[in-house]
Amino acid sequence: MAEHAIVAEGLRKRYGDTYALDGFDLTVAAGTLHGVLGPNGAGKTTAVRSLATLLRYDAGRATVCGYDVAREPHRVRGAIGLTGQYAAVDETLSGRQNLVLFGRLHRMSKRAAGRRADALLERFGLTEAAGKSAGQYSGGMRRRLDLAASIIRTPRVLFLDEPTTGLDPRSRNEVWDAVRDLLAAGTTVLLTTQYLEEADQLADRISVVDAGRVIAEGTADELKARIGGDRIEIVTRRAADLVAVAGLLERITGTAAVTDPDTRRVGAPVTDRVAALTEVVRALHAAGLTVEDIGTRRPTLDEAFLRLTADRTGKTEVAA
Amino acid sequence: MRKLRLAAADSWVMTGRNMAHVVRSPEEIGIYFMLPITFVLVFGYVFGSGMQVPDGGNYREFLLPGVFAMTMLYGMGATATSVAHDAQRGVVDRFRSLPIARSALLTGRSVADLFRALLEMTVLLVCGLLVGWTWHRGAGYALLAVALLLALRMAMTWIGIYVGLLVPNPDTVGTIIFPLAFPLTAVSNVFVAPELMPGWLGTISEWNPLSATVAAMRELFGNPGLAGGSTSWPAENAVALAIAWPLVLVAVFAPLAVRRYQRLSR
Repeated sequence: MAEHAIVAEGLRKRYGDTYALDGFDLTVAAGTLHGVLGPNGAGKTTAVRSLATLLRYDAGRATVCGYDVAREPHRVRGAIGLTGQYAAVDETLSGRQNLVLFGRLHRMSKRAAGRRADALLERFGLTEAAGKSAGQYSGGMRRRLDLAASIIRTPRVLFLDEPTTGLDPRSRNEVWDAVRDLLAAGTTVLLTTQYLEEADQLADRISVVDAGRVIAEGTADELKARIGGDRIEIVTRRAADLVAVAGLLERITGTAAVTDPDTRRVGAPVTDRVAALTEVVRALHAAGLTVEDIGTRRPTLDEAFLRLTADRTGKTEVAA
Repeated sequence: MRKLRLAAADSWVMTGRNMAHVVRSPEEIGIYFMLPITFVLVFGYVFGSGMQVPDGGNYREFLLPGVFAMTMLYGMGATATSVAHDAQRGVVDRFRSLPIARSALLTGRSVADLFRALLEMTVLLVCGLLVGWTWHRGAGYALLAVALLLALRMAMTWIGIYVGLLVPNPDTVGTIIFPLAFPLTAVSNVFVAPELMPGWLGTISEWNPLSATVAAMRELFGNPGLAGGSTSWPAENAVALAIAWPLVLVAVFAPLAVRRYQRLSR
């Protein structure tokens, strides 16, 4: 088996005037889970669909399990499993009929397909709903059925395109458990997500994507270090206090505070959030400043994202 | 050879999928039969008394082959709707990500629709016998007539598949199929003999693929309404035309449909 399960070099895909992929690069080591993180419209789905042979890219080169995606799509299809954003199951057929159908299309005998279907239904907690039309399944059940359909033949590479978007926490955890099992069995997984937490939980390495290209790549810790960790945020009671509070915050955290006069909000990144919070509260009290709200929070993907894109814009400006 | 065998196996599994759909939503079949049965009753009994057949036969005997063919034609709508439905769903993505023959989804659909047509034919023939229609030239010719009908249905299926892949969603299928199918049935020999139409309309009507099958059926079933006054080429070579038309239509639309399906990967 190739050392790299997935390699993409400079993939481009154009729709009209916009590039959905604009020089997309990716290298995924065999047996690892690689997260592709980015907002809607960043090109995540286009990248997955291209690598899974569903979409023809305009330029660049890609291999999956050593097979050229453009020239040997049939071999690639034999090695991959795919779970899309929208559950790709037949809604008229029952859950079991779906799995038997896909098993048969994997050239299993009727009996083998039936046995495999029953085993997967059991594993994903769908045995009771086996005879019901997939169209009557809840969102979580449908996604589980979809995942089951992707692993009828244990794939060497599994593409998961936002597999937990719109799922409740319990269903999400079930999907995560199944993904971990597959990893343990040696499958390479490419997972796209909008949730920092999901990438953090599951991925060995993460690529952050914007406007069709990877703008940052690394382990979760490496990326978090670049993005900045927790932030302390204060909402002052009086707009007049903003400057004083910001000064106090900067003195304690040793970082630049950002103020927003409209919402009377002051924020700054911190390293040890509990210690910083305690110190800030004490200092505010000593200075006689009253605040409406104070707390710490992790950066949202939006912020992380803005930060990373800002980095990139900065660089291009220097280059220009 | 091995590739062909695998492709056939894939198509067969896909056929099974489509047949399972029929079993799981039998109400769909019910809706199909409503239309032809209504046609038989309305045209046969309501208008039948006031309509004349050129060679003086019974109007219901004249009408029934037309109703059979019309049912095959409208089957195109059902095919297109199912295909449009599939194409819009993620399930097609899964099929396309599997290491199976690319044509399997479409050929599976066409075979399944042929089975469905057989079912419809049975109901129609029984319905016809009940209202006084029958065949007069023996079972051999009658079976040949049914085979020609199924050939027409095969052609309609491939047009339906193509249209289904063309439209953006299943709800718009009706708005395309109806304007396509309605003139085909009206300007044909289904209800009115072409000789009774204005000259140019009669010519179009005679060359209509639907008319070819209907005229051939009337000939093979021994139903009234063919020879009459018409000595035109299409009327005299109805059986040959009824074989040629479906072949031509499949030869045109099957490659178009397959190409369109492959272009989903743009």
